[in-house]
Amino acid sequence: MSVDFFYPEYEIVRDQNRCISCRVCERQCANCVHAFDEASGKMYADDSKCVNCHRCVSLCPTRALKIVKSGNTFKTNSNWTNDYMKEIYRQANSGGVLLSSMGNPADFPVYWDKILINASQVTNPSIDPLREPMETRTFLGKKPAKIERDCDGNIITKMEPNLELALPVLFGGMSYGAISYNAHASLAQAAKSCGTFYNTGEGGLHKDFYQYGTNTIVQVASGRFGVYKDYLNAGAAIEIKIGQGAKPGIGGHLPGLKIVGDISQTRMIPQGTDAISPAPHHDIYSIEDLHQLVYSLKEATDYQKPIIVKIAAVHNVAAIASGVARSGADIIAIDGFRGGTGAAPTRIRDNVGIPIELALASVDQRLRDEGIRGNISVICGGSIRNSTDVVKAIALGADAVYIATAALLAMGCHLCRSCHTGNCNWGIATQKPELVKRLNPEIATQRLINLLNAWEHEITEIMGGMGINSIEALRGNRLMLRGIGLTEKELEILGIKHAGE
Amino acid sequence: MKRVYVQEQWCLGCHLCEYACAFANSGQEQPGAGGLDMSRALQGRAINPRIKIEEKDNISFAVSCRHCEDPVCQKSCIAGAISVKDGMVHIDQNKCVGCYTCVLVCPYGAVMPAESGQVMQKCELCTERLNGGTPACVAACPNRAIVFEER
Amino acid sequence: MQKEGQIRIPAGCAISSIFSRSGKRIDGSKIVKSIEIMHDRSNGLGGGFAGYGIYPEYKNAYAFHVFYETPEAKNACEDFLDHHFDIINLSKIPIRKNPRITNEPLIWRYFVNPFPTKLADSQLDEQEYVFRSVVRVNDQMPGAYIFSCGKNMGVFKACGYPEDVGDFYRLEEYEGYSWTAHGRYPTNTPGWWGGAHPFGLLDKTIVHNGEISSYDANRRFIEMYGYRCNLLTDTEVITYIVDYLVRKQGLTLTEMANVIAAPFWSTISRKPQAEKERLTFLRNAFSSLLITGPFSILLGFEGGLLALNDRLKLRSMVVGEKDDMVYIASEESAIRVVEPYVEKVWSPRGGEPVIVTLDKSVNV
Repeated sequence: MSVDFFYPEYEIVRDQNRCISCRVCERQCANCVHAFDEASGKMYADDSKCVNCHRCVSLCPTRALKIVKSGNTFKTNSNWTNDYMKEIYRQANSGGVLLSSMGNPADFPVYWDKILINASQVTNPSIDPLREPMETRTFLGKKPAKIERDCDGNIITKMEPNLELALPVLFGGMSYGAISYNAHASLAQAAKSCGTFYNTGEGGLHKDFYQYGTNTIVQVASGRFGVYKDYLNAGAAIEIKIGQGAKPGIGGHLPGLKIVGDISQTRMIPQGTDAISPAPHHDIYSIEDLHQLVYSLKEATDYQKPIIVKIAAVHNVAAIASGVARSGADIIAIDGFRGGTGAAPTRIRDNVGIPIELALASVDQRLRDEGIRGNISVICGGSIRNSTDVVKAIALGADAVYIATAALLAMGCHLCRSCHTGNCNWGIATQKPELVKRLNPEIATQRLINLLNAWEHEITEIMGGMGINSIEALRGNRLMLRGIGLTEKELEILGIKHAGE
Repeated sequence: MKRVYVQEQWCLGCHLCEYACAFANSGQEQPGAGGLDMSRALQGRAINPRIKIEEKDNISFAVSCRHCEDPVCQKSCIAGAISVKDGMVHIDQNKCVGCYTCVLVCPYGAVMPAESGQVMQKCELCTERLNGGTPACVAACPNRAIVFEER
Repeated sequence: MQKEGQIRIPAGCAISSIFSRSGKRIDGSKIVKSIEIMHDRSNGLGGGFAGYGIYPEYKNAYAFHVFYETPEAKNACEDFLDHHFDIINLSKIPIRKNPRITNEPLIWRYFVNPFPTKLADSQLDEQEYVFRSVVRVNDQMPGAYIFSCGKNMGVFKACGYPEDVGDFYRLEEYEGYSWTAHGRYPTNTPGWWGGAHPFGLLDKTIVHNGEISSYDANRRFIEMYGYRCNLLTDTEVITYIVDYLVRKQGLTLTEMANVIAAPFWSTISRKPQAEKERLTFLRNAFSSLLITGPFSILLGFEGGLLALNDRLKLRSMVVGEKDDMVYIASEESAIRVVEPYVEKVWSPRGGEPVIVTLDKSVNV
């Protein structure tokens, strides 16, 4: 057997007592794992093709399938792990850069899980969200530095454009191209229904979705795909994407194979050409250039739209954020190193950038130290997994959070991390019509709405427990957090005390 | 009246509706059996469901009785076995003489012989089984390509 | 044991106030009597008073009340004051020994005015100059703490039950048109006089009952604007918020109340358009200054008094009126004990400020 042979990492276990050979597994696997043997009347599977997406497991009507990690292993070695060895074989064979999808799966600390939340006892009352109003409305954008009054002494209420959110959770940027038309349709409709926003990513805005403009954030990335005046004016806000948590410092590459039909039109590039997003914006080589782009976009949209600048969480993120805050941007979005991606070089994804918790804490504190926190709102993203992550992020200082992986999961994604193959069995990260149709937006929209509603219930419940009845009183309220099992330095950066203090 | 409608653009051709139908009409459902009852009912058998997927290339959709307002099958039945009950077209298998006329006249191909070949069968909206609940094919469809609704 | 500023200490409390709209001068014994009836709401770990109109002879000078822990601290502070202010008068604050008031620091009073040249050099307005000087002493001079710094008013506070504190400071010898009082029930033993309430900043003093859940959100926001929350108390941060909104941003007291005890969005949505826009603007512009959790506060200021409950009204607060007198207290008993024939008594709604001011013609 060749050195490039790998025993399958996962095995499909079929309970022949349960299997009725209905062949749904076979029909639903775009990777052609399952096959029906006419002679025996039985189903068989080729584990080597399996990406562990669980489509077959989920759809099997008799619960005859499960997927387990195969026991095959090289000689145990904590240094040369199985994965590192396989990667060497793979690269020795291909000479290529290793590609991966979705967020960094490596075993780095997840600070969310080392932070605990407070609740009221005796000295002040907790509030029952079922009995009392509980407010989650959030505004994103610049706040006025000074109150101004008209000649009658009335406050002039006109201010810089702000985004109004019913819940401080937005859907993060995912391009049409990286994800399917139906996935976009679902995000757009759910955002509208929930009073929040979805984000086009860098793939432009399909003409069918201009109708959701009031709930759309349009992205301007280094490739400028699909960017023109109507696009900029179509959304409620414009996001300049400088970087992405999964691949800081790296551009993007959507192969020409995927640039077909609507995608080519939406991106405004010829069919079949590779869509290459350069690593930097070639008109931003320094912070003063960012200032110019921010104001170019404001000019193009008549100062009606807040401008978001999205950066990856890198080592000096606080200083960068301070620069962004002074660039005229209204909102800064910070993407942590666990953020998802449709495709990224594995080495970059797993080793570049810093955790969002630390980045967020240091950015918020820096902006406050410099007295400019009011100039800019902060959105954080990069693996917000549940409502308590949201609560912790807001208490650390975020105004709102981006969720993208969580939104994909709600739609059906099982995190098989094979987006880059384009064979998404759940109809999300694919452009193949027969796969795209597997995602019925009617269902996916409702699931996204359900997810946000569920989180809202949980967030208000937790807020009520803390005796807080409006989300702004939670923002930056770090006294509501305690660390568990963290070092002095980590606590210092997070700006929280240790549990028991 | 609520009827079963298909939304062809969402049909994946997974055929789960057929198996759900066959199982629902097998009389072997056991609540709480966790799928094992379905295995027992259908394992090693060719199924004869009352809903069938028609497919060609990438287009597929489920076909089952439309419960026509003025059903030609009823008109054609020589034994008076087909009736309309509250809008639902029903075959009384005790009266059916197995002449196959209904099979021939149904423009949708939604009537078919039962397993015995002696009497005919068609979708009866799982009425006997569920007393008006969601038919099995609708519940089993993973992509809402079959819906049960008032139109 | 950590003291105020090293640890955040939640506290329950009693508050009371007496105000004469006609500027009638009331001696301090009345407010002592009022707060005394709510003895059970305090636990002997803090009490204090603020009186307005009590220094008519020095009404154009800032009256600094200062605690010193050591003579060295006093020297350092006086050195600083000498450099920045024209000291018109200085003296010990007269006290009467009380067996239940112990560990008293040195307590001094200075009537001062900024040196005009220094003030001009600083390019600050006079209040900001005084404010920054006070912050500097409290922040940077260990053992010295200026706990009162307004004109024609003064704060008197200590560790102990409020009635003992009133006795200790001989409040019956002062007369003012407005008095506020506070009895404290901290859940810890702070043992430090500076931590008692009222908390004063320039002419504004706050007494507060409750524990706010928005504390750190408020603190971290207000600290962007030159304030340092050294005591980690609610009262301190509320005082700074009020100072920031009213003095620095120029909001009216009602507008300030609309920020810190903002109406719910559902309430705002029912308002007429202009009002809706105004309230939405205030909530959005100063969202980090919304105060949640239970509070009832009495804000004393030159010429007036404001009472405000949190928007859910999680704390009791009663207002009583008779003739030109207005009484506001945690409990009605505290009003009736000093005015048995009080005419109008009501409980203000959550988030609805009660503002009383001196009649226009009055000059105190």
